[in-house]
Amino acid sequence: MLFKLSFRNMKKSFKDYAIYFLTLVLGVAIFYMFNSIDSQQAMIEVSQSTREMIQLLIQMLGMVSVFIAIVLGFLIVYANNFLINRRKREFGIYMSLGMGRRQISGIILLETILIGILSLAVGLFIGIFASQFMSILVAKLFEADMSEFTFVFSKDACIKTCIYFAVMYIAVIIFNTLTISRYKLINLLTAVKKNEKVKLKNPIISILIFIASSVLLGYAYYLVTGGVYELKTGEQLLKPILMGVIGTVGVFWSLSGFILRLIQTRKSVYLKGTNMFVLRQLNNKINTNIVSMTVICLMLFMTISALSSSLSIQSALDSQLEKFTPVDVNLYKTAYLPESYVSSYSGKTIYNTEEQIEDSKHPVSYTLETNGYDMNNLKDIVEIPIYAIPEWTLKYSLGNYYEKAKSQFSMLTYDTPESVIKISDYNKIAKLYGEEEYSLNDDEYIVLCDFEQMIDLRNEALKQNSNIEINGKTYHAKYKECKDGFVLMSTSNMNAGIILVPDSFEIKEENTEQYFLAANYNAETEEEKIELNNVLAGEVDSELFDNLSEKEINLEGMTKISLTEASKGLSTIIIFIAIYLGIVFLIASSAILALKQLTESSDNKQRYTILRKIGCDEKMINQALFRQIFIFFMMPLTLAIVHSIFGIKFILSMLAALASPDELLPSIIVTAVIIGAIYGLYFLATYFGSKNIIKEEE
Amino acid sequence: MSNVLEVKNIEKYYGNKSNLTKAIDGISFNVGEGEFVGIMGASGSGKTTLLNCISTIDRVTAGKIIINNQDITKLKGNKLNKFRREELGFIFQDFNLLDTLTAYENIALALTIQKVNSHEIDKKVKEIAQKLEISEILNKYPYQISGGQKQRVASARAIITNPKMVLADEPTGALDSKSARQLLETFEHLNQKLGATILMVTHDAFTASYAERIIFIKDGKIFNELVKGEDTRKQFFEKIIEVQTLLGGDLNDVI
Repeated sequence: MLFKLSFRNMKKSFKDYAIYFLTLVLGVAIFYMFNSIDSQQAMIEVSQSTREMIQLLIQMLGMVSVFIAIVLGFLIVYANNFLINRRKREFGIYMSLGMGRRQISGIILLETILIGILSLAVGLFIGIFASQFMSILVAKLFEADMSEFTFVFSKDACIKTCIYFAVMYIAVIIFNTLTISRYKLINLLTAVKKNEKVKLKNPIISILIFIASSVLLGYAYYLVTGGVYELKTGEQLLKPILMGVIGTVGVFWSLSGFILRLIQTRKSVYLKGTNMFVLRQLNNKINTNIVSMTVICLMLFMTISALSSSLSIQSALDSQLEKFTPVDVNLYKTAYLPESYVSSYSGKTIYNTEEQIEDSKHPVSYTLETNGYDMNNLKDIVEIPIYAIPEWTLKYSLGNYYEKAKSQFSMLTYDTPESVIKISDYNKIAKLYGEEEYSLNDDEYIVLCDFEQMIDLRNEALKQNSNIEINGKTYHAKYKECKDGFVLMSTSNMNAGIILVPDSFEIKEENTEQYFLAANYNAETEEEKIELNNVLAGEVDSELFDNLSEKEINLEGMTKISLTEASKGLSTIIIFIAIYLGIVFLIASSAILALKQLTESSDNKQRYTILRKIGCDEKMINQALFRQIFIFFMMPLTLAIVHSIFGIKFILSMLAALASPDELLPSIIVTAVIIGAIYGLYFLATYFGSKNIIKEEE
Repeated sequence: MSNVLEVKNIEKYYGNKSNLTKAIDGISFNVGEGEFVGIMGASGSGKTTLLNCISTIDRVTAGKIIINNQDITKLKGNKLNKFRREELGFIFQDFNLLDTLTAYENIALALTIQKVNSHEIDKKVKEIAQKLEISEILNKYPYQISGGQKQRVASARAIITNPKMVLADEPTGALDSKSARQLLETFEHLNQKLGATILMVTHDAFTASYAERIIFIKDGKIFNELVKGEDTRKQFFEKIIEVQTLLGGDLNDVI
């Protein structure tokens, strides 16, 4: 009997359930898709390092999924709550017919289980099919080949999805039971008629709160942009976040009242058409929805920031990669090893072997040749020593500026000696890399740096005092700013500082810190290059590496191919997580807005009927409804966009090395398109749905 | 005295051929300018259907309704809305005030949707509020005022546009007797001092006794007509009761 009733209810109120159901299905599908990536790699051929990247991606997605589950859980409880509220009257009738609370809870329990199972089934079905396309995306982003198309099904992801959503449904059931147990029959039966008391706020307080919130937001914006260097720990970041949240609540609390008062003073606008009605509707609605408006606004903010900055990081990574990997391989090793040193991990004293010490006195090519590597595999070889002078530390470079730098960037190690390269050595590298070559007088030096925050720091120091005393001689900077350049290849601008000194600069041989080698592979085709790369990257067994590991000689390196893979991996991880979070937040906020608007439209039906009765034609009514929904949708979006402007700036300054503002515009456009499409679709669906609800039944 | 409303032999059927309900079955009557006419009948007699047809909310199956020399049964769509907006004023049993708007705004809304100049609106609202003694509550919301006050606000909204005719559907239905009396006195005032033409549907004899003329309806047909003439309200009220008894009302049906 109860089952029949639940089933009929669902069929009857299918329209109401539609958005709830849709959101559940989408949630399940996306959850499955992003958790099934482990099985996607079955069909693509990837290298070992890419495989590691994918493992990392899966781990990260797993962690993010917990957070996503919490968001979806809240969304589902919330959407469900609206449905229950809409059916108060129905429950009231059941109760007046003698049904107990327990039985009503039973009905809802059955309904929740029914819709849960149904949505899980449909969602998984969609998810499994959609995840086939994910494979293509994974393959494309990792630039891997699709070996063959196999229909993949991830049992783990499926079980995980079922468990997570089962927990969410249980939360819904508990919540519903609590809600029902608090109902009183009289309230249930009169629920529809009950007019909301119009909460009117004191206009002066509204204005004061609005100003206070704006100031609070402004200060939070300042903290994450202008004052970003003051932020050193995660805890300090809590302050602007908290201020942002409070400011947002404050804005929504006061904004509608503030605007209402403002327009009320302009009678020609206020007393025109249905303006008065629309404004009052909005005022009433926003006043009763402060919390949800805030949540929606913050979610949209995260979506916008995540999508646009991740896309910009990706495009920045791609375009930078070319610049920062000019040759096929870099090899380097530590020079002049000491006889013993204290390990920073274990604290034990470790002795270097004689073989190690002997090897470290020679350049990289010596190591390669003596260990059986065929030097004909390489061409365009350039070898240079990189020096470190104990007294020329970063602290020494900064001079007077040190104290201030220390207070801004406490995490930097200032006592490490600077990397020093002789000008003629650097020019050999620069020539090979196609970078600018420099010249120096005997009393000059140049600072090379391309790591954005270090540039700022060093430029300040260079402007204040650029004279360095070393070996009893004074050197001054040829340029009062850092010059662009690097020696070691990387995925992006990571050079925190290299000092170029004239060839006449006196350095002891023992002050050589590293021997460095840059070269291209002596190969024509891509396949040959990969083969050569596998040897130097240590991905296959080779005579060279057997010998090196036997002698415990550390030869480190960067190859263009592995850097490319790592870069792709990094950007892919960022993109995946951002898309995952972004889409879920977008769905969540759109669904909440849509649900709010739809349920309120049915409450508003009476109001629109009155409008119709006093002579408004359909055009006026539709216009009023459109404006109302439009403003209702735009309010959180507008504030979210303002938040995002500063949020993105903050992210960019945090990831200064990875993203540059130039690449921002295209990604902002892409983000706008994505948000416009999903949000706009929800908006239109809501408008037409509401229009349908308020339409007169004939 | 010219006629504001001419109802000519209208019929309204519901249902289909096999199960036809004649809600209105050939009703004709006129309402002159400045008249206060009541329509009485038991529930189910067709009086609300009649009002709906006159107020253009519902359509007649046959016959003509002429308001201010315009046959409204021929109007369609936006013209109908425009007509309703400009020529008619409505007062409903459940007030139909917008709960989100203040009394002032509720009254003003009737004018704003007619695109009246904002300066004029302010003047007119204050004027009418004074006449209906609701100046003090103009800035209050519907939930803050009594039923009688709400209905007076609704009355103000109905007549502020200077309609040709005010249609009132059970205006005292949701009021206590004291408020009802006050409201009816307001109606009298509107009718006598401001010259409003009022057509009021009610089933309550006391409410009806405030009208000048009463049309009784039974089973979709006009059953009787009473004119107050020189009678006092008490005499008129007694006559109404007599007709109601004659009508049979509910008691006869019970037997």
